[in-house]
Amino acid sequence: MDREAHNTGFLAPVLVAALMVLALFTVASAQKKSSCIECHVKLNDPRLSNPAKLFDNDVHRGRGLSCNDCHGGDPNADTSEAAKDPGKGYLGKPRTVDIPAYCGKCHSDANLMKKFNPSLRVDQESEYYTSVHGRLLKTGEQRVATCISCHTVHGIRAVSDPLSSVYPLNVADTCAKCHGNADYMRAFKIPSDQVTKFKTSVHAKALYNKQDLSAPTCNDCHGNHGAAPPGIASVANVCGQCHARQADLFQTSPHKAAFDQKGLAECIACHSNHDIATPSDQMIGSQQGALCVNCHTNGDKGITAAAHMRTRIDELIASINKSSEILSVAERKGMEVSKPKFDLKGATDALTHARVLIHSSSTSEVDKVIAPGLEVAGKGYQAGLDALAELSFRRKGLAVSLVFILFLALLVYLKIRQIETRQRIAK
Amino acid sequence: MKNTLPDSTARTIGPPAVESRRRFLDYLLGTSAVATLGAIVYPIIRFMSPPKVIESTESSVVAAKLNEIPVNSGKIFKFGSKPGILVRTDSGELKAFSAVCTHLDCIVQYQPETKQIWCACHNGHYNLNGKNVAGPPPRPLEEFKVNTRGDEIVVSKA
Amino acid sequence: MIQEWLDERLSVSALSEMARKKEVPVHRYSIWYYFGGMTLFLFVVQVVTGILLLLYYRPSAENAFESVQFIVTEVQFGWLIRSIHSWSANLMIATLFIHLFSVFFLRAYRRPREMTWVSGVVLLFIVICFGFSGYLLPWNKLAYFATKVGTEIAGVVPIVGHTVLRFLRGGDDVTGATLTRFFGFHVAVLPATATVFLAVHVLLVQLHGMSVPPSLKDQNVSKMKFIPNFLLRDLIGWILAIGVLAALAALFPWELGEKADPFAPAPAGIKPEWYFLFMFQTLKYLPAKILGMDGEVLGIMTFNIVALLLFIVPFVDSGPENRKRRLIFNIIGVLALLYIAVMTIIGYVT
Repeated sequence: MDREAHNTGFLAPVLVAALMVLALFTVASAQKKSSCIECHVKLNDPRLSNPAKLFDNDVHRGRGLSCNDCHGGDPNADTSEAAKDPGKGYLGKPRTVDIPAYCGKCHSDANLMKKFNPSLRVDQESEYYTSVHGRLLKTGEQRVATCISCHTVHGIRAVSDPLSSVYPLNVADTCAKCHGNADYMRAFKIPSDQVTKFKTSVHAKALYNKQDLSAPTCNDCHGNHGAAPPGIASVANVCGQCHARQADLFQTSPHKAAFDQKGLAECIACHSNHDIATPSDQMIGSQQGALCVNCHTNGDKGITAAAHMRTRIDELIASINKSSEILSVAERKGMEVSKPKFDLKGATDALTHARVLIHSSSTSEVDKVIAPGLEVAGKGYQAGLDALAELSFRRKGLAVSLVFILFLALLVYLKIRQIETRQRIAK
Repeated sequence: MKNTLPDSTARTIGPPAVESRRRFLDYLLGTSAVATLGAIVYPIIRFMSPPKVIESTESSVVAAKLNEIPVNSGKIFKFGSKPGILVRTDSGELKAFSAVCTHLDCIVQYQPETKQIWCACHNGHYNLNGKNVAGPPPRPLEEFKVNTRGDEIVVSKA
Repeated sequence: MIQEWLDERLSVSALSEMARKKEVPVHRYSIWYYFGGMTLFLFVVQVVTGILLLLYYRPSAENAFESVQFIVTEVQFGWLIRSIHSWSANLMIATLFIHLFSVFFLRAYRRPREMTWVSGVVLLFIVICFGFSGYLLPWNKLAYFATKVGTEIAGVVPIVGHTVLRFLRGGDDVTGATLTRFFGFHVAVLPATATVFLAVHVLLVQLHGMSVPPSLKDQNVSKMKFIPNFLLRDLIGWILAIGVLAALAALFPWELGEKADPFAPAPAGIKPEWYFLFMFQTLKYLPAKILGMDGEVLGIMTFNIVALLLFIVPFVDSGPENRKRRLIFNIIGVLALLYIAVMTIIGYVT
């Protein structure tokens, strides 16, 4: 190795060095110069250095934007005064009340946004001022959420980025930063347990456990930029975005008028708003613990209907359980019952349908689906009985054939004895 | 002398009692052997005769008769162990899809008003190509092949 | 008269003379003579029930499971034929092991019966292949993963392993191609090979007659005629075997399981069938590295070597009766038997 280095060795390192310099040059020129970042990154005070450090992950950086595109100033200047020259448009840090306009400088400009992402909405700022946050901000209240409260600042990620503070799985925690703080909310006389309650709900289970991103979080019911609680008379519309069937049935049921008159918040009156639990059949009926009892008096038309619906539903459940039970018994005993088990699902479908139809408050509607459901469950039970009968038939058949088989074996044995006796005698 | 037994086919006629016992045993043996053989052959013959349901798997099924499904309507049918939905569009075309919603497995239905396939559980919508166009469903519905055979509509896996 | 007609055309009288003359020694170990015939009987049961199942079974990943379900639910007595086929397979392998070990301990492989032994060992491997290939055919979750693990192990053998794995699987993974291929092995290749070797094996047994154990060779053992005495006793065994199979089919029907899903993760506690369990358990116990070499590869190579050694047993134990050698072989046999039994039990219990 030494000998070769003497002859041609010096050329190779020089070439490598030259290539490296060329590469660095190319890389460096690809990044636009930003003296803001170069300087701020080196500062000791985290309040000044964090923005520069966070900006690496920012979605705006990915689009070729930098500090000066929001804050103004000259990124090519190398001194602090030159870079932060108001003459060069330097705006500095905006006041809280100015933040929506600050972001809206670009985000409300349709012509500008078209150049980056034509499908992005450009009405966030105007929508924001319809929200409770926006309205309060207009009155001078500083302790409200603005753009950066939810989207963060300097390290802003796209909504579809799982690390974004506004990714569906992270929204509730982002809102909780303020709305979960009891001291903070006291000033506004708002409770602070919404997020905790939400996380016990069936929607949260779908979202966090099953990773079903279509499940609702805060912004799906409250809106995001125009965040405000829906009015009492329009709750059903909001829930009805997904639960269309139940909402339709409710709107045409006698409850709609009654609830509006009493000022009851439609769906929420029975299902609650944040801690929406999986509904149970206990909620309906005339017995203690049912929700109907809260408004209805004993013996009135409503509660009689509720009791009837509950009875019918319980009937179907009992029938399904009975059939399911007997099919399991048959299966455990070795019979093949996968088809009847599949068919029994039709009865469970009917049960689900019935549970949806109670929102109509109409016993005839519920009866219309319970009846075929009972039929299917009955067929399943019969299939179970048939399977057990077939099993019993096989066992009897086995017993009979075993008797014959053993008899035959015995006869053969006797034949052997007979033959060998004769053979012995003949000898 | 080697202890070999004589040829057992040598017919030594014994006393009448022994003879009748031998004949009885032979008779019993014969009949029960035939009976056992019959008990073995009978299930085999039954096994080999075609059962009520002819084919095991439903890679294709008769979903409906042509006159059962008017224009702009849908019908649920059983496809193997899963439900399917047969739709006749406005233009008279027949389409078939898996009826299992890709969100949470509810059974979808045809909505003549919107001319879309709709899932009642959480308001999911699919267009007539099976594509999920609104609501929670994350994936399109699996599409099946539709053919007509006489007056029967036959649906088979794509 | 019929005999004359047949004899003129097929020369059956020579065969029937041989059959009539055939004798079986009677001694305290005679009971073991029945196990070869029992294995053959169960094989015949397999062929008959197998052919019947062939009328309805479909060997593709989309249809296999459903076709077995169809047989068991819709076809008349389908449940009976299918359960008998599955149970008889297990019983046959059990009797085969008994037959193997009894022949070993009774030294029936000694000269001039070495080829009978060799053809028997070939049959052992053929039957194990029958079991392995047949097990996949219902295409349920257990079978799918058992095949995956089994072929994976085959692939571990150095040099040829990967080729063997691809040959068995019909590709790199266990897919519908594997199923169709296994079906071809199970209903065509293996039956043809088995027929050839069975013919050789059975003919050699007729040629050489039943062997008498060395310890009794000098005694004057009594003999019984094959026809009708031994054959009728065989028959009792076969009739009882039919009874056992019917009882097993009716009382412990073979499970259908769940349809195989190549994308689902393996269910917990996957185990191969009992006749593979001792090898599986051994591999689980081997450390990752033994003397610098991969533990699993070493284990598999050991099993392969033992399998090859099985072939040469008659040639190693070829000398005149030697008490010491007999003792060594007996000890080896007993240890092997104990090892298999203990490992199988452990495999089941854990």
